[in-house]
Amino acid sequence: MKEIALHLLDIVQNSVTAGAKRVEIGFVLEEGGKLTMSVRDDGKGMSPEMAERVRSPFVTTRTTRRVGLGIPLLMQNTMLTGGHVELESEEGKGTEIRAIFMTDSIDCLPLGDLSSTMASLIMGNPDAPEFILTCKSPRGEMQFSTEEIRPVLEGVSLSEPDVISWIRGSIQEEVEPLFGGIIR
Amino acid sequence: MKSLAELEAIRKATLSKINLRKEDEDSVTRVVVGMATCGIAAGARPVMLSFVDEIQKRQLNNVTVSQTGCIGMCRLEPMVDVIVPGKEKVTYVHVKPEMVSRIVAEHVVNGRPVAEYTIGAAEAE
Repeated sequence: MKEIALHLLDIVQNSVTAGAKRVEIGFVLEEGGKLTMSVRDDGKGMSPEMAERVRSPFVTTRTTRRVGLGIPLLMQNTMLTGGHVELESEEGKGTEIRAIFMTDSIDCLPLGDLSSTMASLIMGNPDAPEFILTCKSPRGEMQFSTEEIRPVLEGVSLSEPDVISWIRGSIQEEVEPLFGGIIR
Repeated sequence: MKSLAELEAIRKATLSKINLRKEDEDSVTRVVVGMATCGIAAGARPVMLSFVDEIQKRQLNNVTVSQTGCIGMCRLEPMVDVIVPGKEKVTYVHVKPEMVSRIVAEHVVNGRPVAEYTIGAAEAE
């Protein structure tokens, strides 16, 4: 993966597969350059054994093959910066994954195009789950939620090209000033 | 967030298009982009959004873009299926954003698949 935002696109797919109704995505950049990406869902969760095993590339729920690289690749890219991945899950309740990156490390990936990732997620899952994105940095914060725009659209799918393009523009406009410097 | 009034205007403009599409459901062309870990790492996100942009630019009301998982040919990602009703599915491989406008113009709009970008051409090499 070339961007942290691409990891997000990949990881959130797990929440969708777990049947989540609501996925809360967070990016928090702290003064010292520590960036925490979090994904919290209310999907079916994992048993403690599975939560431990998903760190291995040779574990997947998929039945066609026996490898799954999403979480291992994310772990690798956090560890290269001196960060790590935290995972909390409860069966029947949901899962939260937090990836910590030290953005002052030379090996840290750029944050990348968060608005394109959100647009892709919504495009691929227009009816459910709801996606809530919150970004915070010392420069301020922003929030975007599909729950907020769904009532305005009344019957028009979030996957309509004009809507997707509005979503992309809307997120980009607000993310740039918060994270400028670590985006590219 | 951008103004919700703008979104309301988009809703109104889109509603009329959707009605047209409903009347003509059998003629909807589907574009399916592989978006598993392998597809994403190979560059599927800009490819999918290029399809969305191209469809928006050309105001194609009878084309939908959707996503699928990994089908086990990770080395050929990004992969895109174009399914025109009544025709056989065409699979494009190693798709780059620059290739999208040609696929849309020649295949989606004019019904002639771009042979050199297809899985058949890649496998023959």
